[in-house]
Amino acid sequence: MMTFLAEEGAQNPLIPDTAELVVGLLCFFIVFGLLGRKLLPNIQKTLAERHDAIEGGLERAEKAQAEANRTLEEYKAQLAGARHEAARITEQAREQGAQIIAEMREEGQRQRDAIVAAGHAQIEADRRQVTVTLRQEVGRIATDLAGKLVGESLEDSARQSRTIDRFLDSLDDASTAEAAR
Amino acid sequence: MSAHTLLAEAGCHIKQDCGFPAPGLHSFDFKPIFSIGSFDFTKPMLLAILCMLLVVGFFWAAFNKPKLVPGKLQLVGEIGYTFVARSIAREVIGKKGDKYVPFLTSIFFFVWFMNIMSIIPFAQFPATSRFAFPVALAALVFITYMYLTFKTHGFRKGVKNLVWISGLPKPLVPLIVLLEFIQNVITRPFTLAVRLWANMFAGHMLIVMFSVASWYLLTPTWLTAVSAGSFGLAIFMTAFELLIQFLQAYIFTLLASIYIQGALEEGH
Repeated sequence: MMTFLAEEGAQNPLIPDTAELVVGLLCFFIVFGLLGRKLLPNIQKTLAERHDAIEGGLERAEKAQAEANRTLEEYKAQLAGARHEAARITEQAREQGAQIIAEMREEGQRQRDAIVAAGHAQIEADRRQVTVTLRQEVGRIATDLAGKLVGESLEDSARQSRTIDRFLDSLDDASTAEAAR
Repeated sequence: MSAHTLLAEAGCHIKQDCGFPAPGLHSFDFKPIFSIGSFDFTKPMLLAILCMLLVVGFFWAAFNKPKLVPGKLQLVGEIGYTFVARSIAREVIGKKGDKYVPFLTSIFFFVWFMNIMSIIPFAQFPATSRFAFPVALAALVFITYMYLTFKTHGFRKGVKNLVWISGLPKPLVPLIVLLEFIQNVITRPFTLAVRLWANMFAGHMLIVMFSVASWYLLTPTWLTAVSAGSFGLAIFMTAFELLIQFLQAYIFTLLASIYIQGALEEGH
């Protein structure tokens, strides 16, 4: 059983006992000292570490996710840029191709025209030369023929050339008249 | 010394015709276990020291080498710690309260353990029902309160913080200043100590009362029923005290944090 100290005129319970006061304070200071200096900082640190391990992991994951998203966006943007660039280049190439084709066509046309023109000129020159040669040849043959027929040589060249020219002019006239008709 | 032990009285029975040994103030005075000169080492002191060892021992075992993944003991300690840190310090003081968590935790667990001693077999006495222990702790709280008030606001604003309420009609000012002074500087520390002490005192008194009565009335007569009722009440009171012990430790700590908050806050 408990042992009590029962006093006849029990003292006022609201007057604190000095010795108990001292013991109480000492006990509290020991508790406070050990808890405050060592044990609670320990657990505070651990709780912070755990918080970091859990929330920090989540935060890190979120950060990685954001990073991945950003990279994806960048990649997409780059891809879109590249597509755009490719389309631009294709378009440019097409334009250039068309331009080149047009130029080449123009050049071809020009060369054709030049060749045709050169041909015409050649033909004209040939024709003219043939005409001149033919005129001389026909004149000479006609003269020879006439000489043989007449029996005399038409040596008078002036008369001869005049006769030839007249003949030829009549030929020309005849062909011209025929052409006109 | 005109004292006589209650040992005989506690064992007193209705048949012995020695009168009902009603518990009273004498139930809270103990014969010294030993004395050194005028210093008497008594049971409440022993209990206080035991509680100190228990609190330190518990937190030492729980928090000395804390693990990231806590063991059972550490988990229990963490629940206790976070209870004070979150539900009291954070709730009342806010972020600034983190600094005072060790103080509040020490108060809470020391007081709670001393209260619990009330229903621990063989101890069966709350050390806090000896006024000196609540007084010691309330004094520390009060000193902290005053220190923080003047440290935060300086002397003039500190005094103002203690006695002044702004926005009062002029005629009321002297009265309110007086009342505020009495409340903050005199009543607060006094009631802080008395509240804890009186609760534990009364609780212990009730348990002793019903325990003694259930033995005193245990006779082979109709009084057995009363004895049984008394015994039932003793058990009920013991369970009830378990709640009160926690509650009083909580309230003491809560009020301490409210005072700290009041000291830190910018005037009112």
